[in-house]
Amino acid sequence: MQQYEWDFGAVLAYWPMLLQGLWGTVAISVLAIILGILGGGLVATLRMSRHTPLRVIGTIYVEFYRNTPGIVHFFWVYYALPVVANVNLGPLEAAIIALATQSSAFYAEVLRGGIQSIGKGQWEGATALGMSHTEALRRIIVPQAARRMVAPFVERSFEIIKTSSLASTLAYGELLYQGMQVASITYRPLETYTLLALIYFLLLYLLSSLAKLAEDRLQEV
Amino acid sequence: MNDTPTPDTGAPILRSVGLRKSFGSLDVLKGIDLDVKRGDRIAIIGGSGSGKSTLLRCLNFMERPTGGQVILDGERIGDARVAKDGSETITYRERDLMAVRKRVGMVFQQFNLFPHMSTVENVMEGLVTVLRRPKAEARERAAQELARVGLGDKLDVYPGRLSGGQQQRVAIARALAMDPEVLLFDEPTSSLDPELVGEVLRTILSLAEDGRTMLLVTHELGFAYRFATHVIYLSDGVVHETGTAEEVFRNPQRDKTRAFIARSSEFSL
Ligand SMILES: Nc1ncnc2c1ncn2[C@@H]1O[C@H](COP(=O)(O)OP(=O)(O)O)[C@@H](O)[C@H]1O
Ligand SMILES: [Mg+2]
Repeated sequence: MQQYEWDFGAVLAYWPMLLQGLWGTVAISVLAIILGILGGGLVATLRMSRHTPLRVIGTIYVEFYRNTPGIVHFFWVYYALPVVANVNLGPLEAAIIALATQSSAFYAEVLRGGIQSIGKGQWEGATALGMSHTEALRRIIVPQAARRMVAPFVERSFEIIKTSSLASTLAYGELLYQGMQVASITYRPLETYTLLALIYFLLLYLLSSLAKLAEDRLQEV
Repeated sequence: MNDTPTPDTGAPILRSVGLRKSFGSLDVLKGIDLDVKRGDRIAIIGGSGSGKSTLLRCLNFMERPTGGQVILDGERIGDARVAKDGSETITYRERDLMAVRKRVGMVFQQFNLFPHMSTVENVMEGLVTVLRRPKAEARERAAQELARVGLGDKLDVYPGRLSGGQQQRVAIARALAMDPEVLLFDEPTSSLDPELVGEVLRTILSLAEDGRTMLLVTHELGFAYRFATHVIYLSDGVVHETGTAEEVFRNPQRDKTRAFIARSSEFSL
């Protein structure tokens, strides 16, 4: 067996391309997370609605995303949605729509799980004082649920960052796509993908450390 | 309209007429007539599953009655609609029920304190969020109520650091801060260690001295005897026997009541 000669220098020479990819990954992830939180709030509201039709819609939405692979969403949004909705979508828009709608489903479950983990007694304590449903939610339920939601929220956000690599299939210049370009220019896939794994790892590790800090701050009370 | 004897003067503050509650096919309350005057202290006793909690919870609409009426200070709660055949259905608006709950306070077996808030914040919460009082005023009022239940030195402690008896006293202070016209207690000492029961019962008795109108569900018949002006023995979803504490405990008229009181070994007058 012949010895492989590692040469990271050749790959690192293209660092501006990788940096651009990192930026692309961060950009679509951040957008997807923000939109996902908003959409997740909406879907969670549907899921917990008193009205059965709304609850059914929320459930179908969540189950659809839970039971279909992410890459299908990317392809569907990129190839089918423009035809169905008669719009023009670039890779960036398509990737963000695919990622944000999917993360809405997942965040909705995080929100719902957190809120439903708060016992009935807390609702009763609040309503017995004369609070409305909304007041009870805002003052009593959500503040307690928030603490329990941090960990699953971080977990889901990591999934989103990793799933954002699927945007490479739409030729959107995020980290994986840029890496593929570098690998084909340099003929050094081993070094390139080793480096990519390292960059993803450092990015997520940094974020998880920050999340840990935030979580500790929240638990202090 | 109601045939219960009314020895006291003054209009009732809280009444129920033919109050019914079913869960699906299970009829829990089968027409309860109740008359609570200002200053009355009513002990509700009965076997487990006899509907004591359900009755209390219908009075502040934590459960919606499925029939009959609740009348608070002369005002009938809910919108009655009479059908052509004379039958009546009552619909309740959440807003009206919230207004009732402001005036009819409740203390639970499990305290239901808010663990993310300090003791004083727990007691302030209703004042600030529901009654929209300024924070400073609410804090002062909350501190007074906590002092009244003997916890004036625990304002900034979180409920998780208090004993069960102390937690229940915070819950009582929280209800009192709203200055309710009627206060409902659902087995307030049932989840406490025996050595902590006394402090909570003493707190409740001190409210009696202030003339508070209270309804109390309890298994502590000895305490019920000392506490109550009136006693209701609930059985099979109806008021099986009612009267003054003296009448029901010393001289029960019906066999079932007599047997129930005899069975409660803890009851020694
Ligand atoms: N939310 C509910 N749904 C269905 N059944 C209930 C509910 N609440 C109470 N019940 C039933 O109603 C009956 C009376 O309950 P409850 O009022 O709690 O009795 P008690 O307080 O006297 O022990 C019991 O059989 C109980 O199982
Ligand atoms: Mg009960």
